[in-house]
Amino acid sequence: MTDLTKLKIAEARDLLAKGDITARELTEAHISAVDGFDDLNAFIVKTPETALEQADAADARIQAGEAKGMTGIPVGIKDLFATKGVHTQACSHILDGFKPEYESTVTQNLWDDGAVMLGKLNMDEFAMGSSNENSYYGPVKNPWRRGTTDTVPGGSSGGSVASVAGFAAMGATASDTGGSIRQPASFTGTFGFKPTYGRCSRYGMVAFASSLDQAGTVTRSVRDGAIMLESIAGFDAKDSTSADLAVPNFEAALTGDIRGMKIGIPKEYHLEGMPAEIEALWEKGKNLLKDAGAEIIDISLPHTKYALPTYYIVAPAEASSNLARYDGVRYGLRETGNNGSLDDMYYNTRAAGFGDEVKRRILIGTYVLSAGYYDAYYLKAQKVRQLISNDFKAAFEKVDVILTPTAPSAAFAPGEKSDDPLAMYLNDVFTVPASLAGLPGANVPAGVDKNGLPLGLQILGKAWDEETVFKVSGVLEDAVGSLAEPELWWRSAK
Amino acid sequence: MTYVIQGAKDDFEVVIGLEIHAQITSNAKLFSGASTEFGAEPNTQVSLVDAAMPGMLPTINAECIRQGVRTGLAMGAQINKFSVFDRKNYFYADLPQGYQISQFTHPIVGEGVVKLDMGDGKTKDVGIERIHLEQDAGKSMHDQHPQMTYVDLNRSGVALMEIVSKPDMTSPEEAGAYVTKIRSILRYIGSCDGNMEQGSMRADVNVSVRRAGEPLGTRCELKNINSVRFVRQSIEIEARRQVDILEEGGSIDQETRLFDPVKGETRSMRSKEEAHDYRYFPDPDLLPVEFDDAFVEAARASLPELPDVKKARLVEALGLNDYTASVLVAEKEQADFFEALLDAVVTATKKEAADVASKAANWLTGDLFGALNKAGKTIGESPVSAVQGAGLLSLIEDGTISGRIAKDVFEIMFETGKDADVIVEEKGLKQVSDTGEIEAIIDEIIAVNQGQVEQYRAGKTKLIGFFVGQVMKATGGKANPGVVNQLLKPKLDG
Amino acid sequence: MSNIDTKTVAKIARLSRIKVADDKLEPLAGELNNILGWVEQLEEVNTDNVEPMSSVVDVKLRWRADQVTDGNKQESVLKNAPNSEYGFFAVPKVIE
Ligand SMILES: [Mg+2]
Ligand SMILES: [Zn+2]
Repeated sequence: MTDLTKLKIAEARDLLAKGDITARELTEAHISAVDGFDDLNAFIVKTPETALEQADAADARIQAGEAKGMTGIPVGIKDLFATKGVHTQACSHILDGFKPEYESTVTQNLWDDGAVMLGKLNMDEFAMGSSNENSYYGPVKNPWRRGTTDTVPGGSSGGSVASVAGFAAMGATASDTGGSIRQPASFTGTFGFKPTYGRCSRYGMVAFASSLDQAGTVTRSVRDGAIMLESIAGFDAKDSTSADLAVPNFEAALTGDIRGMKIGIPKEYHLEGMPAEIEALWEKGKNLLKDAGAEIIDISLPHTKYALPTYYIVAPAEASSNLARYDGVRYGLRETGNNGSLDDMYYNTRAAGFGDEVKRRILIGTYVLSAGYYDAYYLKAQKVRQLISNDFKAAFEKVDVILTPTAPSAAFAPGEKSDDPLAMYLNDVFTVPASLAGLPGANVPAGVDKNGLPLGLQILGKAWDEETVFKVSGVLEDAVGSLAEPELWWRSAK
Repeated sequence: MTYVIQGAKDDFEVVIGLEIHAQITSNAKLFSGASTEFGAEPNTQVSLVDAAMPGMLPTINAECIRQGVRTGLAMGAQINKFSVFDRKNYFYADLPQGYQISQFTHPIVGEGVVKLDMGDGKTKDVGIERIHLEQDAGKSMHDQHPQMTYVDLNRSGVALMEIVSKPDMTSPEEAGAYVTKIRSILRYIGSCDGNMEQGSMRADVNVSVRRAGEPLGTRCELKNINSVRFVRQSIEIEARRQVDILEEGGSIDQETRLFDPVKGETRSMRSKEEAHDYRYFPDPDLLPVEFDDAFVEAARASLPELPDVKKARLVEALGLNDYTASVLVAEKEQADFFEALLDAVVTATKKEAADVASKAANWLTGDLFGALNKAGKTIGESPVSAVQGAGLLSLIEDGTISGRIAKDVFEIMFETGKDADVIVEEKGLKQVSDTGEIEAIIDEIIAVNQGQVEQYRAGKTKLIGFFVGQVMKATGGKANPGVVNQLLKPKLDG
Repeated sequence: MSNIDTKTVAKIARLSRIKVADDKLEPLAGELNNILGWVEQLEEVNTDNVEPMSSVVDVKLRWRADQVTDGNKQESVLKNAPNSEYGFFAVPKVIE
């Protein structure tokens, strides 16, 4: 029998429908793949019993002819999504032992469609990071190595991308605040999709920066992303920022026809000192789309340069407030100190519970909101953010999608950037602008660097126009053709 | 008369502004579907949103917006069709999110004015600075356990209106009258029950003093004052404290103080040096509150006649005196009772309202209020209904009983709750208006009191009172005094 | 513009209720200054007459009907509490 973990979601769906495989077989294969994946530290909690129950229910449903796209598909869930009765800590110590009494809307949508939960996935603490080195549960390894040297999977959805790239899960939920889906997808050769802000409910998703956080998917193909996003997306009255719009059939958008479509190339994304390989990849993408009949149009997004600094005011500001609820009173860690007062409890709990990067951002956020600094930092940033959003609006008057590199480099080695927060922040230079504007974006694997590490291209679309992003992504994916798979070194290491 | 605090050297004025927190009458909380009912078991009226569980999000209650707008309209205030919810960040055990959702830069209601009735036809206008919507905190209990504070979140998230006055008040009396007036308006329109004992209305009182003609002094805020009497007392005490400090050459620290009615003092609340850096910023989980003119007009159309307008009508259309009208309109229940009473009297007597209004008002403010007062009952608990009161008054009007007998009948009504006509019937209190019957009695009295008759005829006409008394005595008070007078005079005059 | 000294770090750490050891104030001040110095390039941007962004996408705030739809879940509310007694959350005593 073929290795069921190598199947894509769309393939598995069709085999399940035909009765060639069962959800139980598919799930069992993935449960053992997850067990064999321990070395990568992607799963912090495994839920095989739940998975098998769900698989059996899925098989019954398939037999009853009531299957949906995700029925019987084993997926991993980023630890950011509340899963009822199951460890949910956003990989922070401060949520020590927290098991929510509720289910996030995104995961509920998956279970309602018959998907199968393999476990909870590692991530940067509270989604703050670009290398998954900021997890309380330790770093995640990228299935892709630079020779025999480990690399980081990117972040913050490091567990999501590693599990999917490494054939331990067929898809994974993820979240993107400034690039946390697209950048790690680029590092692992996976298809990462962040929809328009408001497309997926934030209910039950541990908040990092509320005006930026958006759930999305990591899969091994564009079609899989379309199938999975259709499942998790949708209006939710429990989230005031959720849009009351019907969810399109994203898969139907994959017509393969982009003739006459206008592809924007923003000149400001040519960074000084960007590796030639990235430039070359971008050029290649451009040509592939042109060959497919699209028109390439040079555009300008003049405030691009200011996106990252804007992001590092807005996101920490919101985070400093969102993370104030972790106080040791109602859940999670409590450190009282010796007979301490309530205030001592706050100080000790939050000092012990948050990691360094989270503390750094809380402090920055507190500073930029504090008396005398609000106007100069926060208000200024929200104004620049408006300008960045206006840039995109103007550009999308002229083009249908925008093509850029996803990340300025391939995956790096652990420790390489962890001493310098600014160097780390620069990882998100291409992903952050669209996050600030709330736009949909995808990473499409498009090649490898000289070390054989994956590189990706980013497709950005208009608000609510995920369909076009999928369509162009699909064409690009086809045009790029098959890329190498990572060696399954962890399986042989067992 | 201006309120002056005499210091050892100088005279001082006091300047007062109030922030009134009024709980909005609603079934559910401002941002969650939990009940607002008072007095439930701890933490039972709490949703996971109110407990600030990770990933929980606020959704706004339409009724709270509507009541905020109605309240603004009732105070003639500007209604802002665009307003924003902000987060006010601080840590406290009963503040689960670590921030209060409130409105800072863009409140729902702007400037307005409230007219105070200062007696003797004098009025005083107090400016309203703004009204904003916000959520209440939970409740901390410090006296239940030697080492622990207990936290109940039932109130967490209950909708409040914060009504902020301008510093327009210059005496404790004015401040008291202001609170009374605000309470009256809120109860008229039903946006708050005004129950100060249960905490559904409480005032923060800002007090400063200055020598006549000087600029505003430094103010202190007296927190959570929960009765009109305490508002007045706390101002007297705080103003005196400030004057004493200034006269000794000291200066006032701007701070929050606690009023202790038992000790008759105000004292500084535990110093929170930076507690005032609330780091307000727009809540990214919510969007701006927007509505149109039609919404405002519908809210306006739903307003009842307000106390000022009602008072003017009582004076102008019904001929009540200013004082009585003020008393009647001060409390909505009283005004409602009066109007029901008057309606019933008009129906029963078929007289013009203006002809019976004063009599009805006098009976209500004199007899009924007196009896209620003595019995310690509110108008809502009155054993005599408005219709029953009208029954009594119409018996007087149609001459069935005298005003004198009516007092006795009322006493029995108040004790037994029986209708006036039943009591009159049972006790045989019907007024005797039969001229033949009364004439016979008069003749008999004149016959046995010849001495007095002669004195009368000799010019001591005051003796008519004696004869009336004798007739009344002989009839057990039931003789119609009009008829008695009418018959008696010609007979005495001979 | 920004020149965060150790006193400022101590102050914002206090506002954030995060205990920071005295010997960590100095390095933290350095890091924060680095980051803030970098974000201050925003000063170059002309934002005259620009309204700050108030919502990311064009969605209007929806209003909920005033109905009791939640609550009566004391057990769920308290389930994860580090300490609860008699239906209350229990925290170290607060002296007012
Ligand atoms: Mg106040
Ligand atoms: Zn307030």
